[in-house]
Amino acid sequence: MTPRLLTPPHHPGQVLLEKQVTEPPVAARAPYWTMRRRDELAGWLFVAPQLAGIVAFVIVPLGLVAWYSLHEWNVLAGTFDFVGGSNYRALTDDPRLGPALRATGFFSLGLVVLNLSLALFLAVLLNQKLRGTVVFRTLFFSPVVVTLVAWTIVWGFLLQDNGGINAFIDVLGLNTLGIDGPNWLRGDATAMISVIIVQLFKGVGLNMVLFLAALQGVPAELYEAARIDGASAWARFRRVTVPLISPTILLTSILTVVGSLQVFAQIAVLTQGGPGTSTTVLVYYLYQQAFQFHHFGYGATISLLLFVIVLALTVLQWRMRRRWVFHES
Amino acid sequence: MKLRLLTAAATAAALLAAAGCGGGSDDPTSSGPVDLRMTIWSANAKHTALFDQIAAAYQKDHPEIGKISFESIPFDSYTTALTTQIGGGNAPDLAWILESTAPDFVTSGALEPIDKDADLLPSATKTWEQDGKLFAYPFSTSPLGVFVNTDLVTAAGRPTPAQQIAAGTWNWDQAVATGAAVQAKTGKGGIVVGDFDFKGWDALNSIWAGWGARPWSEDGKSCGFDQQPMVDAMTFVHKMVFTDKAMPGPGRTTDFFAGDASMVLTQISRAALLEKAKFKWDLVPLPKGPAGEYSVVGQAGIGVMKRGKHADEAKKFLAYFTNQENSAKLAQFFPPPRKSQLTTDLLAKANPLLKPAQLQSVVIDGIERGDIKTSHTGYAELQQTVRAALDPLWKPDADVKAVLSGVCSKINPLLSK
Repeated sequence: MTPRLLTPPHHPGQVLLEKQVTEPPVAARAPYWTMRRRDELAGWLFVAPQLAGIVAFVIVPLGLVAWYSLHEWNVLAGTFDFVGGSNYRALTDDPRLGPALRATGFFSLGLVVLNLSLALFLAVLLNQKLRGTVVFRTLFFSPVVVTLVAWTIVWGFLLQDNGGINAFIDVLGLNTLGIDGPNWLRGDATAMISVIIVQLFKGVGLNMVLFLAALQGVPAELYEAARIDGASAWARFRRVTVPLISPTILLTSILTVVGSLQVFAQIAVLTQGGPGTSTTVLVYYLYQQAFQFHHFGYGATISLLLFVIVLALTVLQWRMRRRWVFHES
Repeated sequence: MKLRLLTAAATAAALLAAAGCGGGSDDPTSSGPVDLRMTIWSANAKHTALFDQIAAAYQKDHPEIGKISFESIPFDSYTTALTTQIGGGNAPDLAWILESTAPDFVTSGALEPIDKDADLLPSATKTWEQDGKLFAYPFSTSPLGVFVNTDLVTAAGRPTPAQQIAAGTWNWDQAVATGAAVQAKTGKGGIVVGDFDFKGWDALNSIWAGWGARPWSEDGKSCGFDQQPMVDAMTFVHKMVFTDKAMPGPGRTTDFFAGDASMVLTQISRAALLEKAKFKWDLVPLPKGPAGEYSVVGQAGIGVMKRGKHADEAKKFLAYFTNQENSAKLAQFFPPPRKSQLTTDLLAKANPLLKPAQLQSVVIDGIERGDIKTSHTGYAELQQTVRAALDPLWKPDADVKAVLSGVCSKINPLLSK
């Protein structure tokens, strides 16, 4: 409300307001839209699209999953009955959960160790000023942009008993030495190794590029100083390179761990969780429970378990960074 | 000013989103033509062309129907995709249903009861009934047969199955001898079981039925894997793969229809894949097993989804889609469940690739005496559990009896549910 002038000012500078005449004088009310509030609102509006996305596709589904986990939901019959904690109790005595967790742990550990070490090795190799590195960088990165399912299907053919890989082993003449290619996707151990390798080559290029960028950010004078001090190549790598790229190691390890816990398509295409249940990882198991066996409530419970595991591992890695991450920008 | 603009834009966006969510176009109470959707697993262009033709004829006399669409979902993930659609509130109006999941759909109350025609064979409708009501029309009642690549059999120096039938020696031992000879002499595959691939174990019922074996008792309560007939049948299959080498082993893909195997046990509706075959082929009944002559029938039904948007219209369309006249048209791909149409004349007209003798011995005799393929409530879970427990069998040194007992210990809790 704009204050009304009571009388025209008698001379410039003298303004009398109605309020001031009738009531004891108080300080003029500050306008609501202060600079600070305007900035705040603008800020909220700028993040609104992203926020709406997170609310619609992360927060709400997460809440719904928690809600579903308290229910027995039969999709065919169309029934949705509250069962309280019974899905959580079922989780504690599900004989298939242990093997699924083991398979998940094996897959994650195998993938993270192989992926990070291979990515770092490739990055160091391709960071050298040699002819042809650009070609190799492109080669190693190209699987990252290939459609996951297409990539996996091609590998499925290669890994068959009479597929490309065993044919290659034969061409090398190894079979004459009594070494036959295994039936990759039908053996308990080889199936898991195959799935890890397929995912390794699919994703290693991305980490390699991140490492490459980090390596190029290491100042050359540090290496020079180390060399003058008489440090060997290994010592230069261990004492200069690794500490300086440790923030990137942290980033890639978090991304790779989270990604490895969510593996699904490769399993669905290559092994369907078999042979036996050797490659039934947690995500594939929850897919089976929810979408194949129609136990949506129980599937939701397993997915909450997965959420807790991912969260815990990420928090753990974040906490541990103080111990080994050299500097943070 | 800028701020106000932003606020207005945000409000407009929110309103638009709200309007979009409310969408009134699918309101069942609104008048105007309604669209029907049927989910199917066939992706065969000839099948869909015939369905479209029947649908177009129906629409001519039924202005209340707008569009009738046939949505093809890959066979491997069919039931999963269908139940996900239902769970997501997007149920189709009509859906094909596999015989293995029939008990799940029939008992859950997901389907509308439909009219039962007196012409339908009781053996064909049995799987789809509950409390005297029919819940799906078994439009395809297809016996399994053996397609034979006679070129490969002759090249391996073996008599053809047709010759063996004439001589009365068409049994499993002879079939294995032929398969082994083909693998040894031509390097191609011997006997292939369609859709098996060492994962879809239920496809093996085309073999074990010849031993009188069943995966579980008729009432579905007790496990049959550890019973003698099943142990004998599975021992035979294991020997056929690893000792006789008459069947391509696990982890190999062998396509009969591309000429890579001498025999395949599969539905006769696959004959369409042989239209352009570059080899001589034949269709014969399943070989005689230790328990005598037998046949196995695969079924598919069409159900009306209770939670589809237009169940009444869907019911009427289904009645038209499967009436006498259209059933005769569908018979060229799907053997009909109608007594009046199981004649060599009609089937021969509809299946020009098959000879009348083949139709009589495989289709008509097969449907009359055949066992319907395996089914159970909670089938998907049983299917996966047996698959995982049976995997150790597909190794050369497997202990068949121990593996099969293991299967029973895994599925007993599920069967007793």
